[in-house]
Amino acid sequence: MKSIILTTASRTLLPLLILFSVFVLLRGHYLPGGGFIGGLIASIAFILHAFANGLKKSRFLLRIHPGFLIPTGLLLALGSAIVPIIFEGLPMMTGVWYPETLPVIGKVGSALFFDTGVYFVVIGVCLTIIFTISEQA
Amino acid sequence: MIENLSIFPILGQAIVAVILLFFWRRPKWQRILSIFGSSVNLFIAAALFYFVYEHGTQTTQLGNWEAPFGITMVADLLAVSLVLLTNIVGFVLSIYSNANMVSARVKFGYYAMFHFLIMGLSGAFLTGDIFNMYVWFEVIIISSFVLLTIGGRKIQIEGAVKYFTLNMLSSIVFLTGIAMLYGVTGTLNMAELGRVIPTIENTGIVDTISLIFFIGFGVKAGVFPLYFWLPASYHTPPAAVSALFGGLLTKVGVYAMIRTFTLIFPLSEMNQIILAVIAIFTIFFGGIGALVQKDVLRVFSYLIICHIGFMVGGLSLFTEVALVGAVFYMFHDIIVKTTLFMMGGVFFRIFGNTKLYNMGGLMNNYPRLSLLFAIPLFALVGIPPLSGFWPKISLFGASYETGNIIMLVSFIFASLITLIIIAKVWNDTFAKKELETAKLKQLKYFDQFDRREKTAMILPIALLIGVTLYYSFFSEHIQIVAERIGHDLMHPETYIKAVFPSKN
Amino acid sequence: MEILLAIMTGILYAAGIYLILRRSLVKLIIGIVVLGNGVNLLIFLMGGLVKGQPPIIPKDSHHIEGIFADPVPQALILTAIVISFGLQSFAIVLIKRAYKVLQTDDIDAMNKTDDIE
Repeated sequence: MKSIILTTASRTLLPLLILFSVFVLLRGHYLPGGGFIGGLIASIAFILHAFANGLKKSRFLLRIHPGFLIPTGLLLALGSAIVPIIFEGLPMMTGVWYPETLPVIGKVGSALFFDTGVYFVVIGVCLTIIFTISEQA
Repeated sequence: MIENLSIFPILGQAIVAVILLFFWRRPKWQRILSIFGSSVNLFIAAALFYFVYEHGTQTTQLGNWEAPFGITMVADLLAVSLVLLTNIVGFVLSIYSNANMVSARVKFGYYAMFHFLIMGLSGAFLTGDIFNMYVWFEVIIISSFVLLTIGGRKIQIEGAVKYFTLNMLSSIVFLTGIAMLYGVTGTLNMAELGRVIPTIENTGIVDTISLIFFIGFGVKAGVFPLYFWLPASYHTPPAAVSALFGGLLTKVGVYAMIRTFTLIFPLSEMNQIILAVIAIFTIFFGGIGALVQKDVLRVFSYLIICHIGFMVGGLSLFTEVALVGAVFYMFHDIIVKTTLFMMGGVFFRIFGNTKLYNMGGLMNNYPRLSLLFAIPLFALVGIPPLSGFWPKISLFGASYETGNIIMLVSFIFASLITLIIIAKVWNDTFAKKELETAKLKQLKYFDQFDRREKTAMILPIALLIGVTLYYSFFSEHIQIVAERIGHDLMHPETYIKAVFPSKN
Repeated sequence: MEILLAIMTGILYAAGIYLILRRSLVKLIIGIVVLGNGVNLLIFLMGGLVKGQPPIIPKDSHHIEGIFADPVPQALILTAIVISFGLQSFAIVLIKRAYKVLQTDDIDAMNKTDDIE
């Protein structure tokens, strides 16, 4: 199924949605948002692209296999959980924060890395599920 | 470091599983990494066990939130003993999988899911928060679904549908219980619940909630009348997977029951009767079910149900001696049931299927193997001095002391029926004359294995039999551990004190 | 409002259990989904309903004044939703496989694993 409207729209919507997903990810600590929702939005971007241009093209666009994103995200999340054990001698998952505020991103701490890990895992899981189901159908 | 001790068994398995996910398409690397990771984790679990045995219960407040507000991990002696046994089984099975799992299945992430499952089991044992326990149960369920369906044979899919439905239902019931518990008490920390529940005046609602939990855990444990998913699914996956399931998955349900009914809802008289009746029915139906089955793996599946009755029955008696017996029996059962299902895998490789009427002649063709396999079978029956005998002393004694003669009779009945079943299995597989059956072409038989594959198949069984023999001849060591656990279970103050060191 | 939600929870439970008892695989999965939503609603209800008071501490103070919504049930529901999302997507793939392999949607026809032979 080819639709010019959808194809054209997806070309603009893909970067916009990914940008929006990063925005949602970053505002997540104090405001509604976070890694899970951000990841869902980012995977919607790719799924929309797949609907409009076919699975092959969006696989090429993603470059890496979505299954690879799952362990990457898990490792990031696990790493952020372990950091307080190694460096501070605090219980696992204690929030460790960099004291200065960075421009654009805001305060950086282990929670941000945990959320980023969740973001990657959600993208990986969603795309794996959708790609597998739509390939078989 | 010390404030994180109780999290390390979970963390270790998680790291191994994540690393394995990176080697998704490389079965050879996965096999090596899995054995290495399991041995490291076994070492961690043994060290934690030793530390807790020497220094008492350890707690970790995740995220540095104080006890009733954050999630607490509590490593008391019961939890760490089970974690140690889980890791022993995991280590042994990661060797066994070398011979049992073909590379095509490994490519679908078998090893990663295997380690996620062990992580979930360790988490469920170590957690001190009832909702966190639900989350670990879901981790266990999801990874066991994948393990059950890997390969996608017809019978596997069918077993998975049944397994999936009933386990989903049980977690929904469990979650319902959690919701009601939170509504009544306003907390989810198990130690805090143990303090709050006795102060609630409306005991009716507390009893209701406790029975909802019992139904939820009962499905997992496979008690009567909620066990039908177990014999329908456990014989379908490859032997390594059914060994893992048969040894450990039902025991998580029993562990959860023991934990909730000693710490959170100390058994009331009514609940004691309900548990006792269900235990007796479980023993009866499991035993009769095993008697009529004609597939050796399904015989073992029904024996799991029958012997769950021992543990639930021990819990229902609710004396210190009975709990010692139940806990010791659980330790013995984990090892022996895993061995049995691994033996089932060997039978499959020797005979091409696992039907009792197609087997025979093992004693003539493999005399040394038969001698080895005799030990777990006799241990299961409980012939002294093998491991099944020692916990039964406590269980029989406790049921006699409490005057619960029906329970005593059903324990004896279970031992007898196990003896009959094992005699039948022995006769059909080992003693009977060998049958001439057509060999399957696509299956690699045991006598076609090379030396390495044979070692990978027999060495893990021999290791677990070594553990059984340790239980048998050094049973006083296990008895000491079980007695300390029994004392702790009957005095939940020690658990609560470990979680709230400052308040008491 | 609480009464309404309680009735709603009951309806969801009843509908879920009814659907699970049907013979079709698809209805079974839908029943589990509905039942899962019923549980989520029950958790939400059990935390107590508070209108218009999110559990967020204002910028210039250290605690919230007055009654505020309990954040724990919300966290529990979020976790339960994420878990059931994963399980349900697995279930849908599973029933698709089951239909392809077994060529039937009827649960009564699935009795291979329970045969004694």
